[in-house]
Amino acid sequence: MDFTRRETLALGGAAALTFVLPFRANAATTEELVNEFTGGADIADAGVELTAPEIAENGNTVPITVSAPGASAIMVLATGNPTPPVATFNFGPLAASHEASTRIRLAGTQDVVAIAQLEDGSFARSAKTVKVTIGGCGG
Amino acid sequence: MASGVKPRVKVPSSASAGEAVTIKTLISHPMESGQRKDGDGNTIPRSIINRFTCDYNGKNIIDVTMEPAISTNPYFEFMATVPEAGEFQFTWYDDDGSVYEEAKAVSV
Amino acid sequence: MRYKTMTAVAALVLSAPAAFAGGADDDTLAIDGQEMVTKTTAPAHMEETGIDTIMSGWHFREDDTQSMQMDTFDNPGMIFVDQAMDAWNTVEGNAEKSCASCHEGPESMEGVRAVYPKWNEEAGEVRTLAMQINDCRETQMEAEPYKYDSAPMAAMEALISVQSRGMKVDVAIDGPAADTWEQGKDLYYTRTGQLELSCANCHEDNYGNYIRADHLSQGQINGFPTYRLKNARLNTAHGRFKGCVRDTRAETYAPGSPEFVALELYVASRGNGLSVEAPAVRN
Repeated sequence: MDFTRRETLALGGAAALTFVLPFRANAATTEELVNEFTGGADIADAGVELTAPEIAENGNTVPITVSAPGASAIMVLATGNPTPPVATFNFGPLAASHEASTRIRLAGTQDVVAIAQLEDGSFARSAKTVKVTIGGCGG
Repeated sequence: MASGVKPRVKVPSSASAGEAVTIKTLISHPMESGQRKDGDGNTIPRSIINRFTCDYNGKNIIDVTMEPAISTNPYFEFMATVPEAGEFQFTWYDDDGSVYEEAKAVSV
Repeated sequence: MRYKTMTAVAALVLSAPAAFAGGADDDTLAIDGQEMVTKTTAPAHMEETGIDTIMSGWHFREDDTQSMQMDTFDNPGMIFVDQAMDAWNTVEGNAEKSCASCHEGPESMEGVRAVYPKWNEEAGEVRTLAMQINDCRETQMEAEPYKYDSAPMAAMEALISVQSRGMKVDVAIDGPAADTWEQGKDLYYTRTGQLELSCANCHEDNYGNYIRADHLSQGQINGFPTYRLKNARLNTAHGRFKGCVRDTRAETYAPGSPEFVALELYVASRGNGLSVEAPAVRN
């Protein structure tokens, strides 16, 4: 789908106004989403790896990879998007590695967070700041 | 169904038993986020693929919950174990109820 | 990065952040292992420009964007090549023909993209690939022409272009094409819009510099139609021309207009010697 620069800015603006605009009040916050995923359990800093570019040339298509050996599921959140959920990867018995790559949308410079549920049922977290540049000519 | 939806998958056509293989999938889909407005200021309703699964001979490899933050033309790359000859089944579930399927046979 | 003449565009160019510093990179582009010519000696007609090396726009992109083009599967532009493959075999129009009825497989188009735009003797005009596609549709198939820079046209151009991937661009600029080429050259150096910018101000005088957060390339079109991350679809050369001219705050020529056809011939000729990369992946 096409995002004009104006629309992308509007997305970023919407993110910035999360606490002001009434329609946003229904969207779950990053914290709520994490709690829902972990059931409020403690989260370790090691055990999940998140690979994302330091600088994304375009917020429309940002390549990311998540990896957590033995994990049953990995949830990815874009904390600065109007709605933070990105994807949850659930691994089945024939997954050869608990790693997956995809391409995501980021409304602006922000932290991307990955939370994994590990083999023993515990949770791990990793975060990366991705700078999103806004094109010059845009075309 | 979103128009012109076309799945592409890349898997090796043969593998040795127990081998880990890389799988890539790409499907054409606008992934309309529900955040955009049309020229008249009306919100364009959300219309995305919300789930993707890959199985091999009925056993699951990956089951992904997808949100509007997944880019247009969703792409996934992951690894699967091939225990015996058989077939990969790929399934994408659209918000509008459409289901897009693709299958690839693998010899061992 | 060598010093370049500052022009009106200088006001728009932000100093580059450290992570972005420098001009084109020195990486090598291989698509599915096939190496592309992405930097080479400028064609003779560019002597007066002061540019001695021509470079694909690929060199001006970040690594992540670059790598998307290095594997045919990872390249989202190939989705549209698949779609055009269906169109290629679809019978349309009163003559009840498809592309395949006359041309068999698309591999018969090998080499075509590398020499277009090209003088058409019968029609007495320089024709772009898009014009030739529509001529086939109207004359041979008796079908409706595609809109010049529409999605199905971009996809069909991509399918035909990919048959020439890796071949060197080699458009003829002499003989009967010379007048059109001269016209295109004039347009390339004509300042337009409230910003009074010509193609050359950005893509000849300031390539390698930044225009806000964007890295200016030489404006080569060997990768068109190009999949842009910005709009997640294929973009035609004329669509890109229109965007550039509009950004100078000018009324633009229409895609498919004689002016843009001439400009395409001229810009293509500045890439003579680079590999056909289409569909490339760009920002």
